Amino acid sequence: MRNALPALFAFALFAAVPWLSEYWGGSYLTSLAMRAMILAIGAVSLDLLIGHGGMVSFGHAAFLGIGSYVAGIALTEGTTDLTTILALTVGIAALFALVTGVISLRTTGVSFIMITLAFGQMVFFTLSALSDYGGDDGLTLWDRATAFEEDTVLYFSILGALVASWFLITRIVGSRFGRVLRAAKQNEARVETLGYGVFGMRLTAYVIAGVMAAIAGVLLANQAEFVSPATAAWQRSGDLIIVVVLGGMGTRSGAVLGALAFVALEEGLSSLTHDWRLIFGPLLILIVLYAKGGLASLWERRV
Amino acid sequence: MSTTLLLIQILNGLQLGVLLFLIAAGLTLVFGVMGFINLAHGVQYMIGAYLTVWFYGLTGHFMIALILALAAALILGLLLETFIFSHLYDRDHLDQVLATFGVILFLNQAAKVLWGPTPLNMPAPEILAGSFQITENLQYPLWRIAIIAIGLIVALLLWFLVTRTRVGMLVRAGASNAEMVSALGVNIRRLFMVVFGFGAMLAGFAGAIAAPIYSVEPGMGDDLLITAFVVIVIGGIGSIRGAFIAALLVGLVDTLGRSTITDILKLFLEPSAANQIGPALASMAIYVLMAAVLFFKPSGLFPAKGAA
Repeated sequence: MRNALPALFAFALFAAVPWLSEYWGGSYLTSLAMRAMILAIGAVSLDLLIGHGGMVSFGHAAFLGIGSYVAGIALTEGTTDLTTILALTVGIAALFALVTGVISLRTTGVSFIMITLAFGQMVFFTLSALSDYGGDDGLTLWDRATAFEEDTVLYFSILGALVASWFLITRIVGSRFGRVLRAAKQNEARVETLGYGVFGMRLTAYVIAGVMAAIAGVLLANQAEFVSPATAAWQRSGDLIIVVVLGGMGTRSGAVLGALAFVALEEGLSSLTHDWRLIFGPLLILIVLYAKGGLASLWERRV
Repeated sequence: MSTTLLLIQILNGLQLGVLLFLIAAGLTLVFGVMGFINLAHGVQYMIGAYLTVWFYGLTGHFMIALILALAAALILGLLLETFIFSHLYDRDHLDQVLATFGVILFLNQAAKVLWGPTPLNMPAPEILAGSFQITENLQYPLWRIAIIAIGLIVALLLWFLVTRTRVGMLVRAGASNAEMVSALGVNIRRLFMVVFGFGAMLAGFAGAIAAPIYSVEPGMGDDLLITAFVVIVIGGIGSIRGAFIAALLVGLVDTLGRSTITDILKLFLEPSAANQIGPALASMAIYVLMAAVLFFKPSGLFPAKGAA
């Protein structure tokens, strides 16, 4: 419970943002908070793979891209019913995760990093080639899904999705399935010998994480009212990994804290100077060199 | 497509392959010997290109600019190794990916600040600035042929260095079991440093010879880096021979794919559909190739012997 406190605190903070924004920041603050929450959903799902499953996916942004394009294309074609969009997203993302997962999970370690990168790039180039839907330039959306027409509804739906994703992942990690997944991260051979099908479990985790990130993509399309292939670029997959490690891999609150810190850092530094990457780059190096365990470890008890 | 056009595309493919090899060689050695994922390797290619353009502007001589740029790239590589990367060899791959990603962010932005966001260009050295008459009505830039030749020479030198010299023997030994080499009394840290500096210089060299034909801009190394990773994964991590063959393969597949896939699709698809799908498939071709290789041979085409 103690370990969950930072995440719960972050949720309370997010819940207070619409109220806070009336005093400072206005729609800038709410859209920033929405971006942070969407990033957090992506990171929470990726942490199931990296932190708990030992699967370092370098193509997780592809799922965000898939989700946002399903939403973007559906909205452009006049389908504004959220349930339909979500059903389509879940179906397509699950299928994509299943097919690429079966292939990727044959490999481990560095090969897994590279093969997930390859699938991510394939999605990126496919999205860039959709010339009917903006191609390289992306696609501006003129409608949101019907359910999201009110700004407040959209905001709290994103918050709700974040809390639900976090809760679900927490439950999964605590379950028997999650324990076996973590055991397999430490020693695959032993877990196999105990009679568990590691491949199937990893594949299940991969599909769950992919679908979750795709739903974050749907929210992103509605929030930004714009979809772009850049969402699926390998640099965005790198960002997601940064968020997970920054927050603390395999910890209860890490991914949420990491997303909050990442967006705050990005905004804070870019308000200081246009060349904020000159600061962010070295900061990242220092964090890796000296802050093992991420932000969450500052709070959690060392075991 | 005519045979002359095909010939040009094959030459372009070889030229890209040779550049990829120069980058991939350092990457695969660093990866194979130290187990170190260096995402910042592509930035070293960019730095090599920028420094060459810059020194060329200062001195006006290509050769002097090249030598100065190589020296500077080597020094930068060694500095990065000493102050950052040497602390990461014992860490897991994730930490290495992150820290080197930080280096990419910094150096890309630094290049933008120092040399501006607009792409720079420079001419090829004068003696090689002309064109080569291949057939009666087909000319090919001499510099691109020079790149292919230089790349092949470097590949030969590398092969000699790795298989026939003492340092090469240590590098191969390090790739199969670094701890054992260290136990036999070899200063493994110094070996790592040599390999790293050498790899950084090769990447810088690739950037230097690419400067006259590509536009020199911030981030120019990023996409090439990913392609170089594709190369070393296909070739088998740690294997110079694998990197060479895979680099030529990837260079050819990518170049020929871009110029032929759309035309091939037009044979059995509507032209408008082919125009839409073709470029996407062409960009994807090398990733499909990598996924296929990994699927059938998870450790690449030429796995380095004994490497875990």
